[in-house]
Amino acid sequence: MHEVWVFIEQRAGKPADVSFELLSKGRKLASELNGILKAVVIGHQMKKVAIETGRFGAEEVLLIDHPTLKNYNTLPYARILSELIDKHQPRIVLFGATFIGRDLAPRVASHTLSGMTADCTDLQISDVTYLRKDYSNILLQIRPAFGGNIIATIITPENPVQMATVREGVMEMVPLSKPIQPKITEIPFKPEADDQLVRILEQYQEESKVNLKNASIIVSGGYGMGSKENFQILYELADILGGEVGGSRAAVDAGFVDHARQVGQTGVTVRPKLYIAVGISGAIQHRAGMAESNKIIAINTDPEAPIFDICHYGIVGDAMEVIPNFIDVYKHKLK
Amino acid sequence: MAYKILVMVKQVPDTANISGEVMKPDGTVNRGKLPAIFNPEDKVALELALQTKEKYGGTVEAITMGPPKASELLRECLYMGADKTYLISDRKFAGADTLATSYVLAAAIEKLGPYDLIFAGRQAIDGDTAQVGPQTAEKIHLPQITYTEKIIDLKKNKITVQRKIDNGHEILEGRLPLLLTVIKEAAIPRPFKAKRVMAFKNAHSLMELEKIAESNSLLYVDDLKEEYMAQNLFIPTITKDDLDVEQARCGLAGSPTKVHKVESVILGSSDHQKFDPTKEGLGRLIDKLMEDHIFG
Repeated sequence: MHEVWVFIEQRAGKPADVSFELLSKGRKLASELNGILKAVVIGHQMKKVAIETGRFGAEEVLLIDHPTLKNYNTLPYARILSELIDKHQPRIVLFGATFIGRDLAPRVASHTLSGMTADCTDLQISDVTYLRKDYSNILLQIRPAFGGNIIATIITPENPVQMATVREGVMEMVPLSKPIQPKITEIPFKPEADDQLVRILEQYQEESKVNLKNASIIVSGGYGMGSKENFQILYELADILGGEVGGSRAAVDAGFVDHARQVGQTGVTVRPKLYIAVGISGAIQHRAGMAESNKIIAINTDPEAPIFDICHYGIVGDAMEVIPNFIDVYKHKLK
Repeated sequence: MAYKILVMVKQVPDTANISGEVMKPDGTVNRGKLPAIFNPEDKVALELALQTKEKYGGTVEAITMGPPKASELLRECLYMGADKTYLISDRKFAGADTLATSYVLAAAIEKLGPYDLIFAGRQAIDGDTAQVGPQTAEKIHLPQITYTEKIIDLKKNKITVQRKIDNGHEILEGRLPLLLTVIKEAAIPRPFKAKRVMAFKNAHSLMELEKIAESNSLLYVDDLKEEYMAQNLFIPTITKDDLDVEQARCGLAGSPTKVHKVESVILGSSDHQKFDPTKEGLGRLIDKLMEDHIFG
């Protein structure tokens, strides 16, 4: 039976959102293959996380629990996954495209000689004819290329194990109304001396100051805002609406807004109730990060800006006049 | 301790600057028309390698797997301060994905090494996969540290590195030999020194010397090669026959990932409701949003 595996990433015992998003997607893929979804959990004292994967459809969890595995470390984690994959030959293995995922996944794929596509924006199961050969039910690994100007569909038809990495927020986390009680399979682990060739001396992590993913309203500024100071009115508007401030890549690169607030292909993907794009031209790479917003308002001085092609409501005007007016009118109406 | 340091570099099309002339009428990119540049993060990797050499002692060599044109990139490495460069080039390596690329690079490193430290940029701006570094490390059985932000210390066979992680960083200690992938923020690549440009602008690969000999009946390739080698201006080319590799694992044939199809992005457009930028217009917009149950 075909197996779809999702590597469950964790830091300090806390699972990464992207892993649950991939479980949700993995569940769909497994169902299309008439296969089974399994989660792979590596760490220390991770039983609770293992059980939680059932909330997203994992039917079985391969749990590797050991004190030396508490923090991510390339060599032992890669070794564990490589051996498990060699033994069980899952049809599909998915990783989040994160600091850990991008360190781990290629190393595993190199060992298993799997092809791997990084940063996929979509995954599908399909029959494909390639160079006059027919393949059934293979994984389509879809991603933009050349600065987002093309969408490429990549396949690894000759390989039994297909791998892909996906950025956080690209797939949707869909908890089951009735969580599954997954079968927990504990896999024994024996540390090797080489595991400690690289070791962590210290770790510094701050709580994320910004949570764009969970914001229901986002006021986002682009290069058209002109300066970091001008962004101030966006913070004001976001504050009044109970939302968060985002920015396009151009605005981030220009130093108008912090990288943590970047929305787009190389930033965060968001699906808020309301997305207000201010002074954002609407390049493909930005749209990729917000096109699925429930309602989109575009405010731009250029009536030809591509952002107007995907917005629901559009205003052609100068942000520095429109936004303060918006704030005034809003305050007045909701008094 | 004199550290033998290697940097893996790549020449890439300048995907950051895709303008009108480079887009074909069908919406696809004409790769051939894009100017080729030094992959930005590889340049940073080279800079970090040079700083390491200057601080702790040793040599810095650079390799690239690419078409003959990639020798331009190797000259730039020499301008920046690399001691020696090698071009890994063969038609049979063409069309390689990351697995086939790392396979060939690993074989070249086995031949040219052993190295104490290998630096590589985190990712190339054309593929954007960030896979070649870790995959090469796996094949030569070296530990790796990715997302290197800073080299904190290097003592005997231990290196202390600052690695970027989400919302913070880690300090790691690794035992040499080791491969590091380097992020943009790690260093600002030094400008080319005029003296080195003058010294190395005539560094050439065999194919380039063949071209020179072709255009001048008085010149013979073998003599040219000897001359250039004597002046330290010869860039050796490593071909498939120089390496212990199986053809089936090189180039397109050795690439498990296949591009099934490529579609240009057609920006969909739909009608939207327009509102005036006046207070009245905004009032109507807010009313609409309240109707939509977005507000209130």
